[in-house]
Amino acid sequence: MTELTQATISDEIAQRHADYEARVAAGAQRLHAPFLDFDPYRSSVLRHPTKNPKLVDPETIELESPAFGHRDVADVESDLTAQHSGEPLGERMVVTGRVLDGEGRPVRHQLVELWQANASGRYVHQRDQHPAPLDPNFTGAGRCITDGDGVYRFTTIKPGAYPWKNHVNAWRPAHIHFSLFGNAFTQRLVTQMYFPGDPLFPLDPIYQSIPDRAARDRLVAAYDHDLSIPEWSLGYRWDIVLTGSRSTWFEPEGSEA
Amino acid sequence: MSVALPTPGQTVGPFFRYGVEFDAWNELAPPGRAGAIRVHGVVRDGAGTPVPDALLEIWQADAAGAIPAESGSFHRDGSTFTGWGRTHTTDAGEYEFFTLEPAAPFIAVAVFARGLMDVLHTRLYLPGATDAFLESLTPAERTTLVAERTADGLRLDITLQGDGETVFLAYR
Ligand SMILES: [Fe+2]
Repeated sequence: MTELTQATISDEIAQRHADYEARVAAGAQRLHAPFLDFDPYRSSVLRHPTKNPKLVDPETIELESPAFGHRDVADVESDLTAQHSGEPLGERMVVTGRVLDGEGRPVRHQLVELWQANASGRYVHQRDQHPAPLDPNFTGAGRCITDGDGVYRFTTIKPGAYPWKNHVNAWRPAHIHFSLFGNAFTQRLVTQMYFPGDPLFPLDPIYQSIPDRAARDRLVAAYDHDLSIPEWSLGYRWDIVLTGSRSTWFEPEGSEA
Repeated sequence: MSVALPTPGQTVGPFFRYGVEFDAWNELAPPGRAGAIRVHGVVRDGAGTPVPDALLEIWQADAAGAIPAESGSFHRDGSTFTGWGRTHTTDAGEYEFFTLEPAAPFIAVAVFARGLMDVLHTRLYLPGATDAFLESLTPAERTTLVAERTADGLRLDITLQGDGETVFLAYR
């Protein structure tokens, strides 16, 4: 069995992106979502639907979101550096921004969850076998409720990049997993936030599963010096827009996408 | 509209459990409570293999058909019905929720998994339920959405790809 190299994966990514750009140039709408069928991420091969999704008008329950409040989430849960007796290792940071719907309205009093690797790129998850140290002072999970302007805010440490087994020498760019609820259940979103200028971006089949450059850029937080706290922490700003539209291309039934 | 372009989704990845789990996450109603049913099934991939690392959420009306507006899912008190729950699949690809049967045709279901790039939305219809959307489907498509009544509740398998592929939804 030949080794699956980064060069092969990068070629596959380039091919899919070129196809996308050609279709957009020919008049197809731009996509704001990842491709579900994106073979460079090998685990997706058997896990993506092959049929078009059915286009429906959301109804009843789908037009609402579950309610979360301070009964669910304590204020301290937004500080991932304060969950243990000691301080975690790593670059302390604040990440904050607004959660908006597609009309630009704030998503008020809704749940934001995040989870992440520690500064060494290791998750607490028991199946994470990356031989980097665990940090006894860092679990890496937090929650908060957005305020009346849709603002969320977390204090954490910058996660490290980590290796994975998609192909030989595969590394994930540093990222924080985010889970969001919008003003309707149709707007439910799980995504990942990245850091500006990461040299691993072009190599990563998960990040590159989003074919549209501008859409990919929207997953990258901005360093914001006004958010940095003197002698304490760096600041990143990342706004999140929940529309519920996956803007999928509908393929002719039976065709190979 | 350029004011607010959507933030793209990304896979939930393999290491989500410690980030998203909470006590009694899949117990919208405590098992054993009067009226509590078990909603369960298996998630499979395109080879028919159970998916051991999927994350599922359900969101539903209550037993009177009302849309719950109560918070408290993360600290369930045993009586408040929040209408929302979450669970992961087991190594055998199985999921289960304990809930109340809604007085509504369907329960909304959101599916996430390692290897799945973005959320998939679908519906779990109660046996015998009907609506315009269900009527618009072929019989084969319909069977992927209609749960089967079991001794203790409802069963619906979810197939991400291939034979019996679940009908997933794109919202207008
Ligand atoms: Fe990750």
